[in-house]
Amino acid sequence: MSVLHPVLASFDGALEFIFEPQTSNVTGGKKVGGFDQALELMLKQLEVTILALALALIVALPIGLYLGHRGKGELLAIGLGNAGRAIPELALIALVAALIGVGLVNVTLALAVLGIPPILTNAFIGVRQVDPASVDAARGMGMSEFEIVRKVELPLAIPTVMGGVRGAAIAIVATATIAPLAGVETLGDFIINASIYGDDGRLAGAILVALLALGLEGLLALLQRRLTSDGLKLQTG
Amino acid sequence: MTAPALLATVGDVGEGFFKERTSGSLPCQAKPDQVFCFDWAREHIDRFGTPTLQHFEIVLFSVLLGFAVAFALSLLAHRTTWLRPPLLAVTGILYTIPSIAFFFLMLPVTGLGRDTAIIVLAAYTLQIIYRNTILGLANVPASVKDAARGMGLTERQILWRVELPLATPEIIAGLRIATVSTVAIATLAVFISAGGLGTQIYGGGNLTFPTSIIIAGTIAILMALAFDVVLLGVQRLTTPWRRARSA
Repeated sequence: MSVLHPVLASFDGALEFIFEPQTSNVTGGKKVGGFDQALELMLKQLEVTILALALALIVALPIGLYLGHRGKGELLAIGLGNAGRAIPELALIALVAALIGVGLVNVTLALAVLGIPPILTNAFIGVRQVDPASVDAARGMGMSEFEIVRKVELPLAIPTVMGGVRGAAIAIVATATIAPLAGVETLGDFIINASIYGDDGRLAGAILVALLALGLEGLLALLQRRLTSDGLKLQTG
Repeated sequence: MTAPALLATVGDVGEGFFKERTSGSLPCQAKPDQVFCFDWAREHIDRFGTPTLQHFEIVLFSVLLGFAVAFALSLLAHRTTWLRPPLLAVTGILYTIPSIAFFFLMLPVTGLGRDTAIIVLAAYTLQIIYRNTILGLANVPASVKDAARGMGLTERQILWRVELPLATPEIIAGLRIATVSTVAIATLAVFISAGGLGTQIYGGGNLTFPTSIIIAGTIAILMALAFDVVLLGVQRLTTPWRRARSA
């Protein structure tokens, strides 16, 4: 109890910060935190995450599917996935802010850079893993190459493709937390500017970021279930 | 035309890179549109030594801790099949929580500093290592296990002498992904006062200037590459039969 008590007290303070504006030491009496600000920052983080994820999808999915379908560029597709993981998020955001400038557009572009590798690599691998017999059968039925990708390869590759999308979403929403460094006020503002929001604000920011990421991951898992064809579900049990 | 000019500048650095430090601000520090300031890099390269070592230690301890826990969980789940889905879910949640948020969720428990960074980064690696180890063990052909059993090996001997060696490529593939990601994410440890290369990217309330960000980022990428090459070497040494087959 003696160990647990201060820990519980910290979380209590953080919850209070989320729902009721608190007095800050440095804002000259202006209250900070509270439900309205928390919601505003969370929506901003969701907005920049969705924009970046959508941009990454638009760029990476067609390229990954095309390379996978043609069986070309394996070195590029796999190598890009490996290289993407090595990008230090903090350096990326800091460099964008310092050299290109702050703002929603620049942050979206930087976050999309993190999302492209996992989506492209998984789309490539997913399509390559499709049974060639299924593709041959589709071709025999007179489907065009585009139809084969859209109606046969993509549906069969959905679990792998969505694995890439979820990986990208996790990386993007996590890095969107440090977007305040580049002028986009997300929940990370509570964490980074602890001098304004205090320890309660920092912990509140951490709780909200964790909930946002878990919620997003849950939604994408549901989406994956919806997109996976019933036949595939039967196969994998 | 820019490429030869850049190469010439890089070439200039070679001789006498570690110059005597001159006091005061350098001319290229004042230019905001300058991407990389070689004079500053020449004079301040030594300040990256300690953060690089700290970064290396954070990554090494995180991955060792993560591997030990994930490996133990995998062996447990390998024996006890019903444990697999709940363990996958728990490690999945730990993987999904952004590290920077996780740092501050742990703050009331473990405080500021390196221990918190190592615990959080280790928790992040669990899912990747656990999933790959389970996958590797599941991919061992039943016929091989039958043959081992027929030779009179006990279950424990089969695990350590047959299944785990055959699962090594998948296990190390997981370790490589986990390690490379951890090198990148460990830059965020600066927010919990754990040191590392992040200190040369973001210091005390404002961004450090571009040259320092580029140097620190490059060191992080090179460190990830070095870990990756070492792990690949370990894989080749521990699975000599794979080379024999392909040769």
